[in-house]
Amino acid sequence: MDSITVLMTSPMSDYLENQLKDRFNLVKLWTYSSKTDFFKHNSHSIRAIVGNTKIGADAELIDSLPELEIVSSYSVGLDKIDLRKCQEKGIRVTNTPDVLTDDVADVAMGLMLAVVRRVCECDRFVRRGLWPKGDFRLTNKFSGMQVGIVGLGRIGSAIAKRAEAFGCPISYYSRSEKPETNYKYFSNIIDLAVNCQILVVACALTEETHHIVNREVIDALGPEGILINIGRGSHIDEPELVSALLEGRLGGAGLDVFENEPEVPEQLFGLENVVLMPHVGSDTVETTDAMADLVIKNLEAHFLKKPLLTPVV
Amino acid sequence: MASDQATTPPPPPLPEIQSHDLSQVIVLHPPPVFNYFMDLFSKKFHLLKAWESPLPLHEFLTNHAHSAQAMLCSGTGPSISADIIRLLPSLRLVATTSAGLNHIDLTECRNRGISIANAGEAFSEDVADLAVGLLIDVFRKVSASDRYVRHGLWATKGDYPLGSKLGGKRIGIVGLGSIGFQVAKRLEAFGCNISYNSRKRKDFVSYPFYTNVCELAANSDVLIICCGLTEQTRHMINREVLLALGKEGVIVNIGRGAIIHEKELVQCLVQGEIGGAGLDVFENEPDVPKELFELDNVVLAPHMAVFTTESFKDLCDLMIGNLEAFFSKKPLLSPVMNE
Repeated sequence: MDSITVLMTSPMSDYLENQLKDRFNLVKLWTYSSKTDFFKHNSHSIRAIVGNTKIGADAELIDSLPELEIVSSYSVGLDKIDLRKCQEKGIRVTNTPDVLTDDVADVAMGLMLAVVRRVCECDRFVRRGLWPKGDFRLTNKFSGMQVGIVGLGRIGSAIAKRAEAFGCPISYYSRSEKPETNYKYFSNIIDLAVNCQILVVACALTEETHHIVNREVIDALGPEGILINIGRGSHIDEPELVSALLEGRLGGAGLDVFENEPEVPEQLFGLENVVLMPHVGSDTVETTDAMADLVIKNLEAHFLKKPLLTPVV
Repeated sequence: MASDQATTPPPPPLPEIQSHDLSQVIVLHPPPVFNYFMDLFSKKFHLLKAWESPLPLHEFLTNHAHSAQAMLCSGTGPSISADIIRLLPSLRLVATTSAGLNHIDLTECRNRGISIANAGEAFSEDVADLAVGLLIDVFRKVSASDRYVRHGLWATKGDYPLGSKLGGKRIGIVGLGSIGFQVAKRLEAFGCNISYNSRKRKDFVSYPFYTNVCELAANSDVLIICCGLTEQTRHMINREVLLALGKEGVIVNIGRGAIIHEKELVQCLVQGEIGGAGLDVFENEPDVPKELFELDNVVLAPHMAVFTTESFKDLCDLMIGNLEAFFSKKPLLSPVMNE
């Protein structure tokens, strides 16, 4: 299939890059100094895009590639892909669900424990040589805290399952109620925030969920409440979050995603009740390889006219 | 007539509870709960506070604690050695705010018929929570990547190195007591496979049991130390066990520092013979080997696994309850059974 030209939008995985190079004619978007240069050389040959959370396939890119047949995203999130345009033009879209569910849920739990039990703060305390001067202080207990999940999809459910093992009562807000679970459903996010101590954002980013966590939700969660985000930065009104934390109107936050990655509001760097991770939810050796394999399998299936493994469109 | 309007005499003043009316409890060194709740104890018991006396300990005990029947201690402060116990002829109860008993001469207590009460299961959940928190931190580099972000490196140096998947990993629990069981329960929900080594096989679990810790290590990706410190477990985790655990292996210690041969652990970490460590306890607290500060695959905590407000309050209630039960000749709430 090395006559088929595939565009990779950004450096996302050496393993994936090598696999693509072995199988296809690989074009790397970041090796071009300008868009015009890129389009001049490639517009008519590219039949597939491999995108990720940084650069997907927006309307401009799709429109400029008349031979485009498939977008295979190295992510489960689809917010960087113009799905409507793909649908209109009959372009297939695949993503990488399931293989990364566990890892992302694990990071959500890691953030919760780190914020509530102050694990990172403790590590700093020891490394700075403060322990000989006196014991660390008391934190809150984590087991049994009320956990509210926004979006009870694959990742949200995996988080719920883990939190339950800590005796945490689970509640959620989702587009639809899931009666097959025993968790408490709230029909709106404010009621969920009022009724939980830890609010976890685990839904997809769409027009409806943009800034779904706004000032009102943060106020409802309150000065003892903790916000965890393993979704997308834009789920939260970031300036509102920052001022709530600085003013003590929110108890703490564990964040793996930000509105303008890799930029992170510097005012957060001095806060002890915050844990900041650089969008590593699915970043393990095992999972990134599994994601890459799924991207490759979807592309191969498409070009061999076989059913796609994880189609979205 | 005025004389008929007798003014009732004021009632006699209530007798002030003098501290010497309260039962005596000898305390050599303030347990951590005293930082928050000492007055709850002072109200109910006459605390003989050895640490506040200018006298050397032996003199204080001889002069002031002759009739003290109960002692309150913790893992910090002087060990409750045979020497100390022999200076307390009336001692019948040692109540420790820890779950661990390694600071108490159990043989001497047994010989003297002294009962022991400990923290029981009061903070098993909190300790298990920290064990899991440390484990996820090591596997997914929570603290290390938090440092990376706070130093502004994400924008300048790019993406952070990959971590390791927790799901499917083989967890070897050393000591399947109350804490070990809570750890196992939690990690099962992460899709981990649990095995254990303990003094005795436990009938109520179906996890694979290993008779020796080296074999457990050889068949595990992670070792979590949840046992007590005894003569048998001192330095049980040595270089041999760590090499069996392997270059990708991770060790988490929420038991006692001396269960691990610390020098050998540090050497293995520095030389890359094991993959990482999450440590809440050390051989010589609060001293922590400086070599560990250079390592990103190590997460360090200052023996704070039980430091939650809920646990401290529960512990306080439990200790007061044990002391009250003792003094009213009722069964202790959390007695340590002789084994």
